[in-house]
Amino acid sequence: MGKSPPPVPYSPEDMKRRKRRAFIMAIGLALLVVIFFVTTLVRLGSHVTDKVM
Amino acid sequence: MKPRVMSLVVFTAIVGLLAAPGHIHPWLGFVTILCIAMGAGASGALNMWYDADIDAVMTRTKNRAVPSGAISPEEALGFGLGLAALSVLMLGLLVNWQSAALLAFTIFFYVVIYTIGLKRHTPQNIVIGGAAGAFPPMVAWAAVTQTVDLGSISLFLLIFMWTPPHFWALALFREGDYAKAGIPMLPNVYGRPETRKQILIYTLLCIPAVALPALTGTAGVLYAAGAGALTLAFVKQAYDVYREVEGPAAKRLFGFSIFWLFAVFALILVERLLHLPAFPAVL
Repeated sequence: MGKSPPPVPYSPEDMKRRKRRAFIMAIGLALLVVIFFVTTLVRLGSHVTDKVM
Repeated sequence: MKPRVMSLVVFTAIVGLLAAPGHIHPWLGFVTILCIAMGAGASGALNMWYDADIDAVMTRTKNRAVPSGAISPEEALGFGLGLAALSVLMLGLLVNWQSAALLAFTIFFYVVIYTIGLKRHTPQNIVIGGAAGAFPPMVAWAAVTQTVDLGSISLFLLIFMWTPPHFWALALFREGDYAKAGIPMLPNVYGRPETRKQILIYTLLCIPAVALPALTGTAGVLYAAGAGALTLAFVKQAYDVYREVEGPAAKRLFGFSIFWLFAVFALILVERLLHLPAFPAVL
């Protein structure tokens, strides 16, 4: 097995891009959670907590 | 993504949603439009991934994200595929699978049939490919009714018949751009006189198309009067292009065609918002 080349460190530009992308993905995921949660409530209808399971 | 195309997609989908017979919870309506917008964004990203080489050559498209280097082709592909899958799954899980299946077909049609299959190989590219842009109101309609019926087909045909004169008018004054990129648009394959004739023919076909929403019980008097007048003006502009060998007529027609489509759909929207009655369906 040959020695693998040393990892190339991310440049400050790359880090900035990665951070921005991670932030956007976090916001997107949070919005998805909200959308699925609200839609579940809407589809189940009102007084959902009163229903006998 | 292509914001101007998306705004058209979103607007026509909203009209489809409100024109459909039946009721949908406003939140589910919002989710439907969001999913359709995501699907349109995904289609745009995948189109830009595949067409990066020709987009870089054309003046109109050279500043798009991929040819300008802002986003790599691999990023555009990954983003497009991920967003396409997410939009279809969300619509299916949260609204219904009939509309999700139509949305999946729309994305497939735009990317595989139009972008990969037709665009570089036939001057009929936008005639057949225009269907992709015509599906969104049908998707929204299916979100309400869980089906495809004559009413939604009438909205589909409005956009389908509008697409050729709209894009051929653009091709007339951007002919060099398309030729440079090797895209076989009508003017650089069959020549300008044939293109002007075809523009007039397809604009005339908009007359029966514009009557269909009234005949299928989707639109009423306000629509009939407004859309009728707008379509006569549309035909007049197309006739000007047909008669004028050189000049600004094609540019005028291109601009007017955008206004025509927005206005015709806006008339249906206004009728729905004002609860104006539609004609009884005769088809």
